[in-house]
Amino acid sequence: MTRLTYNLVVVDQGGGSTADRVFHALADPTRREIVALGLAGEHSVSDLARRFPMSFAAVQKHVAVLERAGLVRKRRDGRQQLVCSDPDTLQEAHRLLDQLETVWRQRMDRIGDLLAEPTGGDPP
Amino acid sequence: MTVNSVEKDLDSRTMTITAHFDAPVERVWQVWSDPRQLERWWGPPTYPASFTEHDLSPGGRAAYSMTGPEGDRHHGWWRFTAVDAPHRIELEDGFADDQGRPTDGLPSMTMLVTLTEQAGGGTTMAIRTTFPSSEAMEQMVAMGMDEGMRAAMGQIDDVLASAVTS
Repeated sequence: MTRLTYNLVVVDQGGGSTADRVFHALADPTRREIVALGLAGEHSVSDLARRFPMSFAAVQKHVAVLERAGLVRKRRDGRQQLVCSDPDTLQEAHRLLDQLETVWRQRMDRIGDLLAEPTGGDPP
Repeated sequence: MTVNSVEKDLDSRTMTITAHFDAPVERVWQVWSDPRQLERWWGPPTYPASFTEHDLSPGGRAAYSMTGPEGDRHHGWWRFTAVDAPHRIELEDGFADDQGRPTDGLPSMTMLVTLTEQAGGGTTMAIRTTFPSSEAMEQMVAMGMDEGMRAAMGQIDDVLASAVTS
């Protein structure tokens, strides 16, 4: 748990403020999805707005938060604003495997608890 | 429950975790075959999972959603590619939209579940998760954060609160 948090914070060891921004930026599910989509390639803000049940302005605000945290980059192409994720700011692949390990350790714990219960909830 | 081993291999993009449970293989199988039991462990307590579809047969599908503390919902799908009760399940696990349809542009992972009876009693469960490509894995970093953050969320409220107000 601490390590997961640490993984995010370790992005910037130099000081608190950038780490706080990254952490805050990733605390929101919509923003995490924008980052994930942005890794596959560029998306216009209007394309992103179509994918989420929210206004263009709301998506634009999310993108701005991500941009300040250095998680996405934005560029203009004519009238469009194109957004892509910045992989340098993101964790390396092995951290994903570490996180997957944590997720599964917790699942194994819960399965263990479930199996330790008296049989299946059927009253005798 | 004891976690016996964890192996991570970046080249093959796999994570394998093996745990021992003090229960017969038929009982351990139920945590996969009974969606009501599955719901009790798939999601962390802060993001409980709910399975709306669960057809544990070759080619069968499952659909689930996880609901967060703020009512945010995240949808996923499984497709079972091999089922051999009570020993083996192979499935594909991906992200879905709010209608349960697979989301374009987001990768899926494959999972291999094997249950083995132990001579001294109890059952060993091994889970091997494989990412289809390194691009998919990079993309999953963000979604992995998602899962990790879900798990961590309950315990980092204070930190988040201070990050938001600063």
